[in-house]
Amino acid sequence: MELTLWTYEGPPHVGAMRVATSMEGVHYVLHAPQGDTYADLLFTMIERRGLRPPVTYTTFQARDLGGDTAELVQRSIRQAVERFQPEALLVGESCTAELIQDQPGALAGGMNLGVPLVNLELPAYSKKENWGAAETLYQLVRTLLKDQLPPPGTPKPSPSRWREEGRRPRVNLLGPSLLGFRCRDDVLEITRLLAEHGIDAAVVAPLGARPADLMRLPTADANVCLYPEVAGPVCSWLERSFGTPVVRTVPIGIGATATFLRELHGVLDLALPADLQTVEGQPSEAERRSRLPWYSKSVDSTYLTGKRVFIFADATHAIAAARIASKELGFQVVGLGSYSREQAREVRAAAAELGLEALITDDYLVVEKAMGEAAAELVLGTQMERHSAKRLELPCAVISAPLHVQDVPARYSPQMGWEGANVIFDSWVHPLMMGLEEHLIGMFRHDFEFVDGHRSHLGDGAPAAAATGEPEAVPATAAAQATSPAPGTITAADAVREALESLWTADGEAELAKIPFFVRGKVRKNTEAFARERGLARIDAEALYDAKAHFSR
Amino acid sequence: MEARYLAIPSMGVSAPPIQPSPPDILKESGQREVFCGLTSIVWLHRRMPDAFFLVVGSRTCAHLIQSAAGVMIFAEPRFGTAILGERDLAGLADANEELDRLVKDLLERRPEIRTLFLVGSCPSEVIKLDLAKAAERLSTQLLGRVRVLNYSGSGIETTFTQGEDNALVAMLPLLPSSDEEQLLIVGTLADAVEDRFRLIFERLGLTTVRSLPPRRSTDLPPVGKGTRVLLAQPFLSATARALQHRGATLLSAPYPFGVEGSRDWMAAAATAFGVPADHFAAVLDPLVERGRLALAPHREVLAGKRLFLLPDSQMEIPLARFLSRECGMELVEVGTPYLDRQLMAADLALLPPATQLSEGQDVDLQLERVRAARPDLVLCGLGLANPLEAEGIATKWSIELVFSPIHGCDQAGELAELFARPLRRRALLQLS
Repeated sequence: MELTLWTYEGPPHVGAMRVATSMEGVHYVLHAPQGDTYADLLFTMIERRGLRPPVTYTTFQARDLGGDTAELVQRSIRQAVERFQPEALLVGESCTAELIQDQPGALAGGMNLGVPLVNLELPAYSKKENWGAAETLYQLVRTLLKDQLPPPGTPKPSPSRWREEGRRPRVNLLGPSLLGFRCRDDVLEITRLLAEHGIDAAVVAPLGARPADLMRLPTADANVCLYPEVAGPVCSWLERSFGTPVVRTVPIGIGATATFLRELHGVLDLALPADLQTVEGQPSEAERRSRLPWYSKSVDSTYLTGKRVFIFADATHAIAAARIASKELGFQVVGLGSYSREQAREVRAAAAELGLEALITDDYLVVEKAMGEAAAELVLGTQMERHSAKRLELPCAVISAPLHVQDVPARYSPQMGWEGANVIFDSWVHPLMMGLEEHLIGMFRHDFEFVDGHRSHLGDGAPAAAATGEPEAVPATAAAQATSPAPGTITAADAVREALESLWTADGEAELAKIPFFVRGKVRKNTEAFARERGLARIDAEALYDAKAHFSR
Repeated sequence: MEARYLAIPSMGVSAPPIQPSPPDILKESGQREVFCGLTSIVWLHRRMPDAFFLVVGSRTCAHLIQSAAGVMIFAEPRFGTAILGERDLAGLADANEELDRLVKDLLERRPEIRTLFLVGSCPSEVIKLDLAKAAERLSTQLLGRVRVLNYSGSGIETTFTQGEDNALVAMLPLLPSSDEEQLLIVGTLADAVEDRFRLIFERLGLTTVRSLPPRRSTDLPPVGKGTRVLLAQPFLSATARALQHRGATLLSAPYPFGVEGSRDWMAAAATAFGVPADHFAAVLDPLVERGRLALAPHREVLAGKRLFLLPDSQMEIPLARFLSRECGMELVEVGTPYLDRQLMAADLALLPPATQLSEGQDVDLQLERVRAARPDLVLCGLGLANPLEAEGIATKWSIELVFSPIHGCDQAGELAELFARPLRRRALLQLS
């Protein structure tokens, strides 16, 4: 028994739902009690799906348990097949049904449904959502391809058979699914990237695939394992059974995208284009396809140097984030972890490379604690880490499932490929304040310019004059009035303020006015404090410079 | 005597039919697109901030509550799940020892917890984990510090809002006995709404008004012969029966949704406590008037529109009554997870005659009826809302109704607005 407050992953049958709902022509009959339909809203709300997930729930009740729940299962299966006429049927059970052991898959097997049938056995008390998704995809592919299995001893297909067949090389993109992070856009981005290199995307699965598409999987020259959490087992099985090579580099980030392309060209026996060739380990020209390299080198990014970043995500995105953060943005990774136990080894290796010990856990409180102890300045995580980071007042960017509706943006925002790197640069750097801005706000946060929330020099709320480069024109008193709690009321602090203001001589004020607006308030305050401390009767330009010298120590 | 309070000639809607013909009820059993009783925790834990709800269940249970709560807003919530693992099921670990260990850890971290609810789930019911015994044992161990109660929120026994019913029943044995005259409002209300009701009852001269569940889990009201129970929520069948067993009298009234329902609901209490009619009118008439003013703009949007209510929270029948009588909507079908005729008597009597009621659900068949009827608005759960919108059918999500303050004359406008908003929005959007 294990206490869980929030979970990163749902039960394994939710993984199966992700595969079924990602595909077309598949239906899933789930032996489950009332309440398990909650999972529908993950798809209809988070993904804003306009279709119900293709899932029929048997909805058994306590009073059915004494009777014949098996009959209920069979009725549900029969009705689902009649109503939805699926091209492939998944039959499985949720946690409670597993306990009553009706074995719905076996029941379905005896029904002569005339549809390819997958009996899903997903142990609900030991496995979780991603495992369930991977297992479902694997079982579905195995079932659909069982008649195509080459006899043992068949030689592997030549990686360059496309050349012999006089066609372009083609690869399958495996792993993208609903409720995965930015899968929709990653598929588009990778498909474009492949097209630029004369490679076709054969089958994308599970997202958007039909059972008939899965039956074409062996016709591809290679499988691209885009999300190992979901596609790892199926890629390995296709490699073992059909000899289809697997490209395992996940193209998230500049270096990984280039490595991915090189690996792909190698696997397909394609000549490496000039812009992907490296000279003495130097970055290749192709990297210029993204703005990330230049943005990262440009001077504004110097403030990113050594930013302490804490990373916790699924394995794919955590490993990618660690590499990008350390090698492409110049951050210092101070924590790296994942809830993907199945890929723990890879995460540990990535952490070890950075001199860290990976945090492998599904307890978000442990993650929050580690985040605090690491004294992170930026958190890259899931929705859970976003909440923890908010509590710790740390900026955060979401990089992985589990998702919130806001992680399914309307705009094109892939993580993979060259454009993905652009998106990553923006979305990781924006939660941080601009370098100059951060510096100033730290210094001057008590000044009136910053009282009413801080004013970015880029923000709408900046005084109009500042934008025109005429700081002198900023009506300081107007700004002060605008932010005072109750205009017209005079407080003791106001009286002190007035007394101090009266100390300023004309040349003192003139000198003060020459100081940029965003520093002026601080200088004024410091100078007044200095004057009070020294008992000065008036503040002129000299006093201002004396104060400046005093505080510069 | 009741008629004195109930007649509101100025409502501008047809008077209740003298003898409504009993509507034909469509009974269905099939796939239900309804949450299980665990979901009630989402509002119960907010009502009683010194209580913790520990579901003894599976990863599915944990995922359900998290998903039903919509967003993960609470950094460390006052609910959690003791997830059963293979070791527990195989009997390798003693479930009771495991539970004790887990409760001890939990209470160490949350010393402010005064009441712990062990909530049964489908798996814990199926493996027959005796949570009653566990609660008893833990209560003894924690005597004087934390009270441990148990109830079932399992989907094989409860639907959505029945979770609250079971939670309240679990609290009843702790209620002290007293024959003191009091009004007991039963069912979770938003704090602001509850304050408002108390103020109005005070104006009516009702001196002793208490609530169940209370705001603090240890602040339990007494119950006995002098207790008149006014249900604030329509899903508390077992609680109502159990309170009657303790000597309380159940007042029959429509539920306090809308101006009419809220007024009649208060009238039931006023009658029971002998409040003079003129005093009742003096207190309530201005509220009724104001409530109707607030309703008016929404009635304009809703009047004549056809509404289909899918079963969800048990609030469907009282809401249908409000939307038909006060907002002028036409009822295509009123679905309810289950029908408790006694608890719904007053609302049923006010529904237009021959309103099509349906009990239970076979969601595919029901959606076929929705498509055939092409209603202007469908009340449904979040699993169905976007799919229906994508088919061009406007929807109102039902879950909002259990989270929003919608009770009372003062909220009638807001309640109507919740239903008018989807229609207003569709009118605003100039998109194909």
